[in-house]
Amino acid sequence: MSLVELRNVSKIYRVGDEEIRALDDVSLDIETGEFISIIGPSGSGKSTLMHILGCLDSPTHGTIRLDDTLIERASPAQLAAIRNQKIGFVFQFFNLLPKLSVAQNVELPMIYAGVSSRERRERAMAALKMVDLENRSKHRPMQLSGGQQQRVAIARALVNRPKIVFADEPTGNLDSHTGETILHLFRELSQQGRTIVLVTHDPEIAAVTPRRIEIRDGKISQTVDAKLAGLDRLSPTPAP
Amino acid sequence: MDLWITITIGFKEIWAHKFRSLLTMLGIILGVASLVAMSALVKGMENGLREALVAIGGLEKVTVVEEDVPAWQQQLADQAPGITMRDVYALKDSAPMIKLITPEMRMRGPTVTRQGKAFHPWMIAGTWPSALEMNQHVIAHGRMFNEIDDESARSVCVIGTATRDELFGSPQTTGQEIIPIGERININGHLFTIIGMFKHYESDQERKRRELEKNQPKEIKTGPARSRGYGGNRSSFVFRLKNATIYLPMNTMWIKFRSTAGTNNIPDPRLSGLQLKVADSERMEPALQQARNVLMHTHHGIEDFEFRTQESWSENISQQIRHARVSRGIIAGISLLVGGIGIMNIMFASITERIREIGIRKAVGATTFSIFIQILVESIVIALLGGLAGLVTSYALVRVLAAMSPAENAPQITLASMALAFGFSAGIGVAAGLLPALKAAKLDPIEALRYE
Repeated sequence: MSLVELRNVSKIYRVGDEEIRALDDVSLDIETGEFISIIGPSGSGKSTLMHILGCLDSPTHGTIRLDDTLIERASPAQLAAIRNQKIGFVFQFFNLLPKLSVAQNVELPMIYAGVSSRERRERAMAALKMVDLENRSKHRPMQLSGGQQQRVAIARALVNRPKIVFADEPTGNLDSHTGETILHLFRELSQQGRTIVLVTHDPEIAAVTPRRIEIRDGKISQTVDAKLAGLDRLSPTPAP
Repeated sequence: MDLWITITIGFKEIWAHKFRSLLTMLGIILGVASLVAMSALVKGMENGLREALVAIGGLEKVTVVEEDVPAWQQQLADQAPGITMRDVYALKDSAPMIKLITPEMRMRGPTVTRQGKAFHPWMIAGTWPSALEMNQHVIAHGRMFNEIDDESARSVCVIGTATRDELFGSPQTTGQEIIPIGERININGHLFTIIGMFKHYESDQERKRRELEKNQPKEIKTGPARSRGYGGNRSSFVFRLKNATIYLPMNTMWIKFRSTAGTNNIPDPRLSGLQLKVADSERMEPALQQARNVLMHTHHGIEDFEFRTQESWSENISQQIRHARVSRGIIAGISLLVGGIGIMNIMFASITERIREIGIRKAVGATTFSIFIQILVESIVIALLGGLAGLVTSYALVRVLAAMSPAENAPQITLASMALAFGFSAGIGVAAGLLPALKAAKLDPIEALRYE
């Protein structure tokens, strides 16, 4: 059984009398441990897909099964719990809370998970160590560079041991060198066996992942699977 | 998420916007302070009025005063007899439900002089010895005049301490208490011997203050003594009047001042008033009806008199207090309400500022409920902090008011008003936080994350 199963998912927005099909009958499976990218130009529906996959939004039609939970029937409180326990998000603009310290930002998901304060501190420090920022735990996000902030965001995404991590244009706000190190970090995490979904408009970034799903006008237009093409026997493509 | 963390977040949020939060709290602070201070003022007023009520003779005292003839008896107005001794004897004989009757004949424009000093007492009245019991006077020195003094119309008087203070010197100025029994004073041209003096009447507050001052070292006076003016005397109105009373025997008053004497060639037998004490204050109405029947008879059916009961006065007092309480409560309530609106406004501004934060919190797993609680707790924390600061402010405010208000009306902070004000501010915190919290909780996480 796949970790994520999308079946005939559509998302339709209504603007006046006009129907906008942001997603049109999309079916998709993501296996545990996969490193996959969703690629498409802006307005293609890739963000909508990520929101639906990430339980931030619900589809108009179709079903999603995430780790054996049927999302269609989940209440808002259950969705919040799923986001909390099973999903980690990394955003383009980092989305750290400026008033909290780095460590407190990383602790945030655990607060909503009801983890005791001592365990929170330990796990936050462990997560920061993983992204090499344990000596910055007392800093404010604004005192860090963009790359460091994104690493804090990754630590926050990982701290509740999620089943799947979604990264929405994680390098979009960084210079190319820093972006490269972030992608490198994702690749390392993937090699540790985590399931990671990269959402991007940039084919060069998408090239990092073995499997690429291209979205155009709300439909999956093309799937490139290194495994199917026998490319996985080659060394991972170096980032540009 | 546990409550403690939410409260901590609330405090941090307030601390992050110190000045804004303070301004927001100001409404609550003022509201709570004014509520507590105003109820303290009303309480002080109530205390003063109750004390005064007892001082003027209790609830079962009724005064009969002359009143204009009613409209339907206007043609009989020149036959109206007024209140005279006839009424007193008639009531004494025919109204058994009246326990005590005291006539009172006041002197108009009284002046008392002695050795070049003059004093205008509030009242010089010719009366019976029963006036002592009627008006709750206490003789501290000497004696009250008796029936024999009255019968033989002796030139004797009983004075209050105000007269003594003015003509002989007060204990404060002379440093010792002068007891002028046996001294002679001149009342409107006639010599009178002082045979008794009332005790000094004062409210509890005044007595406490006086006793406190007694133990303090005296100020060294430099330069000429100056009068502090009438306003400098902070003693209560009712007690001041009571101290400035002089009683003469009824017949002395009649013979020396009211019958044809001196420039006064028309005798005036009218009493200025008649005081009754009802035997049973529970049966006030029938007793008054009885007295009324008797008086209607002696007045030939002309209703030129009126009963004034302390009960109506006491009702007046409670009504006044009620009005004061309501009007001041409304003022305080309005300022609390305005404070609440201020909080609501700031909470709305605050969540608009923090839409993105709310989106992030929701993305990492905050439920609708936990966002709701977070905003609500922030609002309550602001309101409660404001309430606490308001209580402190009210304490200071009441100290200031106490220094300004007359002694017997000294404001008194009640625990109930503090509890009420604090509870009210908590309630306002909840009420003001509800809408913003609901708005924040309902935010769509995707929209919130996109918000710039």
